[in-house]
Amino acid sequence: MRSGFAKAWTVAALAAAVGLGLAATPAQAQQSIKIGWAISKTGPYVAGAKITLLDAYQLWVKDVNDAGGIMLKSAGKKVPVEVIEYDDRSNSDEMIKALERLINQDKVDFLFPPWGTAFSLASAPVFARAGYPQLLVTATTDRAPEFAKRWPNSFWLLGTATMMADSAVEVFSKLRTEGKIGNTIALIGVADQFGIELSTAARAALKKANFNVVYDKSYPLGTQDMQPILTEAMRSNADVFFAASYPPDTFAIIDQAKVLNYNPKIFFTSVGTAFPVIRARFGANAQGIMGTGGWNADSPSLKAYLKRHVEVHKSEPDRWASPVTYSSLQMLQQAIERVGLDRAAVIKELQTGTFETVYGRVKLENNQFLGVFQTGQWQDGEYYGIGPTQLAGARKPIDKPAWKQ
Amino acid sequence: MLVVDIVLTGLIIGGMYALTALGLTLQYGVARIMNLSYGEFLVAAALSTFSLYVGLAVNPLVGLLIVVPVAFALNWLIFELLLVPLVRRAKNRDVLEVDSILATFGLLFVIQGVALVIFGGQYFSYSYLSIPVSVLGSALAVNRLVALGFAAAIGIGIYLALTRTRAGTAIRAVAVDPVAAQLVAIDVRRASAFAYALGGALVATGGVLISMFLTFHASMGVEFTMKALIVVIMGGVGNMLGALVAGLLLGVGETAVARLLDPGLTLAATYVLFLAVLLVRPTGLFGRSTR
Repeated sequence: MRSGFAKAWTVAALAAAVGLGLAATPAQAQQSIKIGWAISKTGPYVAGAKITLLDAYQLWVKDVNDAGGIMLKSAGKKVPVEVIEYDDRSNSDEMIKALERLINQDKVDFLFPPWGTAFSLASAPVFARAGYPQLLVTATTDRAPEFAKRWPNSFWLLGTATMMADSAVEVFSKLRTEGKIGNTIALIGVADQFGIELSTAARAALKKANFNVVYDKSYPLGTQDMQPILTEAMRSNADVFFAASYPPDTFAIIDQAKVLNYNPKIFFTSVGTAFPVIRARFGANAQGIMGTGGWNADSPSLKAYLKRHVEVHKSEPDRWASPVTYSSLQMLQQAIERVGLDRAAVIKELQTGTFETVYGRVKLENNQFLGVFQTGQWQDGEYYGIGPTQLAGARKPIDKPAWKQ
Repeated sequence: MLVVDIVLTGLIIGGMYALTALGLTLQYGVARIMNLSYGEFLVAAALSTFSLYVGLAVNPLVGLLIVVPVAFALNWLIFELLLVPLVRRAKNRDVLEVDSILATFGLLFVIQGVALVIFGGQYFSYSYLSIPVSVLGSALAVNRLVALGFAAAIGIGIYLALTRTRAGTAIRAVAVDPVAAQLVAIDVRRASAFAYALGGALVATGGVLISMFLTFHASMGVEFTMKALIVVIMGGVGNMLGALVAGLLLGVGETAVARLLDPGLTLAATYVLFLAVLLVRPTGLFGRSTR
């Protein structure tokens, strides 16, 4: 039997309490930024994925959380990064399923891409449909400019097979003008997606530069017995040896060229040449070997990156993709700090902004990063970038000494 | 001379194929276990050798003395714990084969998972005895010659042991008819376990030796199982000499195709040779029907 007066006071008090309560709660305080990725932790892709992507992903998360997190304007403080990781088992279906789980069930704020060109292309529609920025490093396809237009949320950061071939041929042409080499090339390539793309691009660039390809063969994926093909390349007496190869065959080619005492004036192998295992396995015999990738080893920020990578992972990064991967994540962090967690705004910021990374100052052109070294050479125990020659820190190529047996 | 060079280089490559198949021919031919996890043991041995060499400066040839006995013991244990129950309840040979395929397929993932946890997923590569020697004008790597030498010695040695010694004959008896072997007081279980464990020791030997020149990562086992299976079936299941000859033949054939035709056809050449042998001799080069 409450009086109307008391009832009114109760209602008013309740309303006030609710109103104060609502005002006092900040608009959905973000306790952590959720980052998700599906990556090959088992299966045939595991080796490539670890050294070029996963190690850099984990190092970035550690560095960010050690510093307290990413500064969010909406929260007024640094917010730590929380990782949700799935193993795609080097299987395309598993990878797509994992990404969909991350997007729809785990509801992550940002997604990091899986490894390899094939998976990058397969996952691109998923990223695009869900509106997540896709920072692609291990995706080297000549169709990158076309894909960047089709999927404006995709960013292609390592270059294309044509860029790699053009840069290598630029280096060869300069050496030919200086009279250091002649006109003949022996070209071999692994018969797999990227090997074929690089061989094709190299053939075109060499033709344009008036080089004469005197031996041109491919070999099956997984071949590690290179002696027969190398013996034939040797018999062609070409000045330049160019192999569009993958890591196991790259190491096999170098080892067996040494056994055969095959000493062309230029010795070029592709994927794997930028791996620190080259120095570990071949020591002084790495001197003068050219390949894809490379970095400005004198840069203080990259030296610090190398040091931290060794401290955290007890292994060195590769000298091509790993620093670019890490830089792409720094770009993401800076974009979040500037515009918050709204993914469309982050995409816009990545497209137009300028970022400070371990690789240097980065500004993308049409969603692509053109400031990456495409050709490198082992000089005195480090894999320096030598092309494109206009990049900061590009070294001059050295002569390749004869193999030490 | 081109032919000499092709034959010598081919024998070297073939030596490696033979070495990595000898263990499987024992396990499949004698112990009657179709071991799908065969390649994982090879990779595990290779990775262990890498750790010993790079971590403790133990050279691979000395590493053999450590890795091979461990592999023998481990494979004996696996036979007793995992495979004996299958052998006991199998009504006949075919059922045992199917059961062992399923069981060892699971074992494949266990070994691969453990290898990934211990070693990680990255590439492992080192050089040992990567020195050229000139044989009849061809440059051959010492480490590959060592692998060929071991393949020949092991293949011939075990073949002689199986055919000329009492214990070896007992093992072959088990392979032909385990029931009858029991009737003549052969301990079938011990003989099978011994054959299986010896096969495991052989594959470990292969892994240690070829790690001197090949690059590995923890998920590579399946490639070796497939290649070994081709060599074993082509040579005749259970026949050590057959595996040796088949491996060498494949090596020479592959090299001839790579030098004379096109290096891109090496994989095709391997399978064509395999099919050709099976069309002419369905039980393999030295095999005979055991039905």
